[in-house]
Amino acid sequence: MNNLIGIIFITIGFAFDFVGCLGLVRLPDVYNRLQAATKCVTVGTCSILFGTFLMVGFTAAGIKCLLCVIFIVLTSPVAAHAVARGAHRAGVKLSQGSVVDRYAEDKEGEK
Amino acid sequence: MKLLRWVIGTIVLGGAILVIILRPLPFLFYHDLPYMNTVSRALYIIVLSCLLCLYRIGRGPTGADRIVAIDILGIMIIGLCALLTITTGRSWYIDIGIAWALQSFISTLALSKFLEGKDFDE
Repeated sequence: MNNLIGIIFITIGFAFDFVGCLGLVRLPDVYNRLQAATKCVTVGTCSILFGTFLMVGFTAAGIKCLLCVIFIVLTSPVAAHAVARGAHRAGVKLSQGSVVDRYAEDKEGEK
Repeated sequence: MKLLRWVIGTIVLGGAILVIILRPLPFLFYHDLPYMNTVSRALYIIVLSCLLCLYRIGRGPTGADRIVAIDILGIMIIGLCALLTITTGRSWYIDIGIAWALQSFISTLALSKFLEGKDFDE
């Protein structure tokens, strides 16, 4: 039963991974790519690690999988925020179809 | 030119999906667990996603694209290490995953600070 639930989690995980990397290739802009890739890949890898924990059980490898899940959930949004902020401050343009840019308006209001 | 690119992409992706469906890589496994065919197909799909990330690293128009792709490639390799832990039954593969997660987080923060163009002690 544990093996069945684990393999369901692993299937969800690699489907999310593949869709995220397809979005990383196909979308037109840095910020769109960051949106697709970060969310899909974080959910995908976390469910792969949780499925590995369910299939291995309470051994040393399973506990390390849980530690890795906690670490990815804590650090991946921080890294994505830092990359988006750095790209906007370095002057990377938005794509052609973008409607609104609140961060540039805020920076104009500060001056 | 656009038609040529679409034809090449369709041939490569279709061939990869046919390989995934037809041959589930039986020579990797040291012991028989249930559902091993699904796990080996997951290995194929994760390697294919790593190739897509390498395409974006090579061809990204700006530096931020490359930084995003390097970050995502690190997270994919953690999943690959977890699947290798199941298939080979050796528990030190997940140690490689944890070390790669730490290194990938620090390097992404440092590269984004370098992209921003300021000193590290802001």
